[in-house]
Amino acid sequence: MSQLIKGKQIAHDEWTRVIPPSFGDEPVRKQAGKVVMFKLHGEETFTQKQIDATLIPAGKVLIPLAVWLAKKESLAQRLAAGEIGIVLQTHEPIEQLVEAFENLNSLPVIAVYVQIFADGRNFTLGNLLRTRYGFKNELRAVGDIMRDQLFFLQRSGFDSYLIKDGRNAEEAIASLNDFTQPYQGASNDVPVWRRLDRSQL
Amino acid sequence: MYKYDKIDQQLVNERVAQYRDQTRRYLAGELTEEEFRPIRLQNGLYIQRLAPMLRIAVPYGLLSSKQLHKLGDIAKKYDKDYGHFSTRQNLQLNWPKLEDVPDILEELATVEMHAIQTSGNCIRNITTDQFAGVAPDELFDPRAMAEIIRQWSTFHPEFALLPRKFKIAVSGTKDDRAVVQMHDIGMEFFKNENEELRIKVWVGGGLGRTPILGTVIHESLEWQHALSYCEAIIRIYNIHGRRDNSYKARIKILVKAIGIEAFKAQVEAEWAHLKDGPLTITQAEFDRVSTYFEPMPYETLPANEASFDLHLASNPAFAAWVKRCVHAHKIPGYRALTLSLKTHGEAPGDATSAQMHVVADLADAYSFGELRVSHEQNLILADVKLSDLFSVWEKARAAGLATPNIGLLTDIICCPGGDFCSLANAKSIPIAQSIQAQFDDLDYLHDIGDIEINISGCMNACGHHHVGHIGILGVDKGDTEWYQVSIGGKQGNDASLGNVIGPSFSADEMPSVVQKLIDVYVQERTPEERFIDTVRRIGMDPFKNHVYAENTEVSA
Repeated sequence: MSQLIKGKQIAHDEWTRVIPPSFGDEPVRKQAGKVVMFKLHGEETFTQKQIDATLIPAGKVLIPLAVWLAKKESLAQRLAAGEIGIVLQTHEPIEQLVEAFENLNSLPVIAVYVQIFADGRNFTLGNLLRTRYGFKNELRAVGDIMRDQLFFLQRSGFDSYLIKDGRNAEEAIASLNDFTQPYQGASNDVPVWRRLDRSQL
Repeated sequence: MYKYDKIDQQLVNERVAQYRDQTRRYLAGELTEEEFRPIRLQNGLYIQRLAPMLRIAVPYGLLSSKQLHKLGDIAKKYDKDYGHFSTRQNLQLNWPKLEDVPDILEELATVEMHAIQTSGNCIRNITTDQFAGVAPDELFDPRAMAEIIRQWSTFHPEFALLPRKFKIAVSGTKDDRAVVQMHDIGMEFFKNENEELRIKVWVGGGLGRTPILGTVIHESLEWQHALSYCEAIIRIYNIHGRRDNSYKARIKILVKAIGIEAFKAQVEAEWAHLKDGPLTITQAEFDRVSTYFEPMPYETLPANEASFDLHLASNPAFAAWVKRCVHAHKIPGYRALTLSLKTHGEAPGDATSAQMHVVADLADAYSFGELRVSHEQNLILADVKLSDLFSVWEKARAAGLATPNIGLLTDIICCPGGDFCSLANAKSIPIAQSIQAQFDDLDYLHDIGDIEINISGCMNACGHHHVGHIGILGVDKGDTEWYQVSIGGKQGNDASLGNVIGPSFSADEMPSVVQKLIDVYVQERTPEERFIDTVRRIGMDPFKNHVYAENTEVSA
């Protein structure tokens, strides 16, 4: 079981993540090399068939952006009821998410999904959601998430982390405090030289 | 040089603790091989052919004698009593044990050193001119800015896992010695007509499998925006750079694919949000860091020195060394000097623990306790009095550090190659050694004059073969090692990439191939021409024709 860290403790996960069904087909991968496709190179995307077949259960659900875009009319009431959160994949343009909602803060949760640990786009996406697009609610890191990303994720604006199955989330919490005084600014911080007077140290 | 305050020291200490725990979890099976890989790489630890390799950061190539003593001690205690200075001005240990690395890092932390971000897909060590602060042609000492960029890039939360490695170089001279054009970002500091400090920013340079020289993305950036502009560039790269194919993942590929104009438009749009924000470098912060790089307490000395002149006139060996290894200095009566790590027959860039201690002692006695590592893989004492040069030479010579070959054919830039590196297609050190053996006559070397030979064991190009006047690249063909030769590459302001002369050669053929290239040069040169000038004037064909003329053994 994946375990959720929220704030700085283990929390119960109220949200059900909706994953479009797989039909065992070869995943659709956008090809690399074309300018217009640059954001989508070689990344798995959901097919129309998968999106159509996605069932959305009752209660609080985290659904992929592509599914929201396809079914938003039928989900409008549930959005208003605070039952819809969005999962953004790291290759999806953030503008698409921002433009899809009149008020981004109508979403109680945005989750950013990384397929593999080494994908660091989630840091930029989190940072932009906080600093540029004014997202104030829960920002959750999901996918291949373990303790070694937590410090960076936290500084990039995330405040909840779904630690992947098989990893000790209790121990992982400690990594939120790996460093005391980082050099840089962050989504909610300024560079160290603006934070304190280093000439006095 | 920069000294750690409480903040710096705490960060490095916390990193040691973090990495110690990561190593423990890996050894306990709590981290898989694949998960541990990016973690250990960001701490400079490669798993090599024979043993792990640990790359220790030497920020912009600057070391104190205390640090070098410590490196010598570490090389003795944890390795085989030597280390390898790399083309990124770092120090590599070839034989440390994986489980010892946390202890090594802890020892490094005691002398304000670390291995943070010396590898992996993150912002790497910032490099600069080895003569920064002392060069007579310097317009701006870039070391304070290099330090500011180092701090900004260290554990940058947004750029911790980029598509690929990211290298930044800074320079402050007209005559570029930091090869800014072959970096992901190159920053050339200059003063504009109003004496204001500005930066010419290059982006998308890099060697590797697809060698490309950088393109100018900003002609005249105000220095206060150095960080915000870098942040805009790297943010665009982090989001849009390719991640599906590591050979296509450097920023140069992105810039090439969408074109510099489109890339620049994206960067400028991003920068509009960041400009004048908290990343703007304040005068106070610049001044604070600059205090660490104030000029040394130089003595007032005459420009000439009688005993030096006497030694120069009476001792041809000393004169030969001065000619090649001693460099101009902006302060009268002082010189910078290069201690050659290119002793014929030794692996280029290697230094024994004993040599490290000798150099540290020389730095203490004669050069204010500091030294530099050059990207040509030599060590520099930057502030030596003319009157001390003879003593330094005698001591350096006794330690095998005074080969008068700086800038000559045997001052070969060379990666560790197939003897150590698991990426390599072919060995590179034995090729360097065989070429050094072929050209062992110093008079002949001086006659050939300035020439750069660069050797890389694979297309990752750690030996920067594309910008060698003669570039040698190890290639792998059906399990045998072959070497592809290019000529006409050059670093500096008029940088160029070399062209391959033709089919590749076996290791045995390499000394004679280089010999033939030199023969053509010696025959064709005008009195003032260097090898590279002759190549540029007469083109590749005469060289090619001579090399392949009687050679029937080359492979297709």
